[in-house]
Amino acid sequence: MGSYSTARILLIALGVVVAVSFLPLWVSGYILGLLTIAYYFGVFAMAWDLLFGFAGEVNFGPTFLIGTGAYTAGILDNLYQPPIWVCVAAGALAAVAGGVVLALPALRVRGPYFGLTTLVAVLMLQNFVVVDASLTGGEIGLTVPDVITVSDAKNYEIALWFMAVSGAILFSLSRSPVGLILQASGQDAVQAGALGFNVTKHKLTAFIISAFFSGLAGALLVFYFGSASVGTLVDITVGVQIIIAAVLGGRRTILGGALGAIFLIAMSEALRPIGDLANFVVFAMALVVVLLFPSGFFGLLTRTKEPG
Amino acid sequence: MLFWQILIDGFAISSLYALGAMGFALIFGVSGVLNLSHGALMVAAVVAAWAAGNDLHAGPYAGAAIGLAVGFGATLLTYFVIVRPLQQTRKIREEEKEIFILTATLLWGIMIQELIAYLYTNNAKTVAPIVEGVVRIVGVRTPSNEIFTAVVCWLAIGVLWLLVNRTRAGKAVLAASMNPRGVTLLGIELSQVYIAVWAIYGVLVGIAGVLLGMFLGVSSYSVGPLTASAFSIVVLGGLGSVSGALIAAYVVGYLETITAYLISPAYRTIPALLLLVAVMYVRPRGLLGRR
Repeated sequence: MGSYSTARILLIALGVVVAVSFLPLWVSGYILGLLTIAYYFGVFAMAWDLLFGFAGEVNFGPTFLIGTGAYTAGILDNLYQPPIWVCVAAGALAAVAGGVVLALPALRVRGPYFGLTTLVAVLMLQNFVVVDASLTGGEIGLTVPDVITVSDAKNYEIALWFMAVSGAILFSLSRSPVGLILQASGQDAVQAGALGFNVTKHKLTAFIISAFFSGLAGALLVFYFGSASVGTLVDITVGVQIIIAAVLGGRRTILGGALGAIFLIAMSEALRPIGDLANFVVFAMALVVVLLFPSGFFGLLTRTKEPG
Repeated sequence: MLFWQILIDGFAISSLYALGAMGFALIFGVSGVLNLSHGALMVAAVVAAWAAGNDLHAGPYAGAAIGLAVGFGATLLTYFVIVRPLQQTRKIREEEKEIFILTATLLWGIMIQELIAYLYTNNAKTVAPIVEGVVRIVGVRTPSNEIFTAVVCWLAIGVLWLLVNRTRAGKAVLAASMNPRGVTLLGIELSQVYIAVWAIYGVLVGIAGVLLGMFLGVSSYSVGPLTASAFSIVVLGGLGSVSGALIAAYVVGYLETITAYLISPAYRTIPALLLLVAVMYVRPRGLLGRR
């Protein structure tokens, strides 16, 4: 991928996005619905890749940020019914606040310790949602009175262009000097610091950006579903799916996350005939990719050699 | 009365937690591997013991033996299929291997979970206990099974301690956890040490799994929480410190039992999580951690 310039890759991606934006003319509402969810998941995976692939932080709790954004937006809408964009903005801001709280230990502890902190953050959020049922709807879920639109095609276009814009911003950022500094801090924080880069500041920035897009996507997803529940937005298995999507697509590529998310949703749909075993097959395929092709789809596509 | 009840119940649960977390701590201490399929391996042992009793009509002893064997086999399979290839591959940079092992074991655990749910449904399963009946201790009606659990756990922990501290092979394991390169220089094959440690881990997973199945029962949903509790006990005690994990298991076990009895079972896990977060902020290397 190194041989292509950022502008050229973005141009190719724009072409693909424009092409698939005509899909509503041909395919059924059911497939559009699947793709809409896949696009939001793509944003989750891309935001996660910025933290993991570049800043080197193992975040097992992407759903903490997503869930914070989604529930903030949903609860606000339920209580006061402000315009939807106010709810979505509040959700994104809450996720950013959550990201800063999550980043505090990350700047003190490394690797597995941080991984655990993020895992605990998800469990705490889950406990809060279940225990505080009068506000959050508990285990049954929270139903919001408003949705953005009921039209499949409109929802599809919103999700697609939201993913495209987020992807473009995250991708350009990863290719910018800031991305390089993040990558350096992730691989050797001491050396990056010795070269005069403020590692703490850059990692905190990465957290805030990742949290912003995760929370925004989570809040939008609530107003697409018309509901929020632990099972669809917070549970650890949701987080695992996001991680799988990003790793399948290819770490440190950002755009790979979107590819992985679409693949994951398409696979579970294609394997529906074999019933309950479908998830098993999808996870097994993901494991094979991790074991045999650690650089993911994007790595295979562009044949970047992992320096060994 | 309530005091004694909490003391006895908490002791049995804590012993089980300690045994469950011990192997997890051992693997991390010696080879630096955090096995996120830990909970899945334990559930596999329970379901095997349950299926042996239910489908094959095996007695409690035979069922426990089958559960133990499956736990052991699944653990070794994890090492040879997932962990070892990743440790030896040249396609991944050294500093990224940790992250890959985390991801791969997480996927592997979910695969086991899905397979169990597919074959034996998501229903909770309880293994028929080896000892039945109830005894009275200081006025508290205690199931004999609870005492049996605590005794077996402490026996297993005792044997492990003797193995590590008093035998030649055990000392090699201990040395490998302190300085792998030094061990290699002394002419001990490091991969043999790893295989031995994973085998010990497999036995611990099998025993802890079968006891868990007799005491509390599990379902395929227990996979995540079981891994998380082993992970948090080990972090609380200090990654790599086996005695730290032992203390932490009792702290977590009693904290959960006290919360369940005095406040509400719904809040059971929350104080332990809060404590964990506090420890991460104040003392990230845990109670007795050395890294």
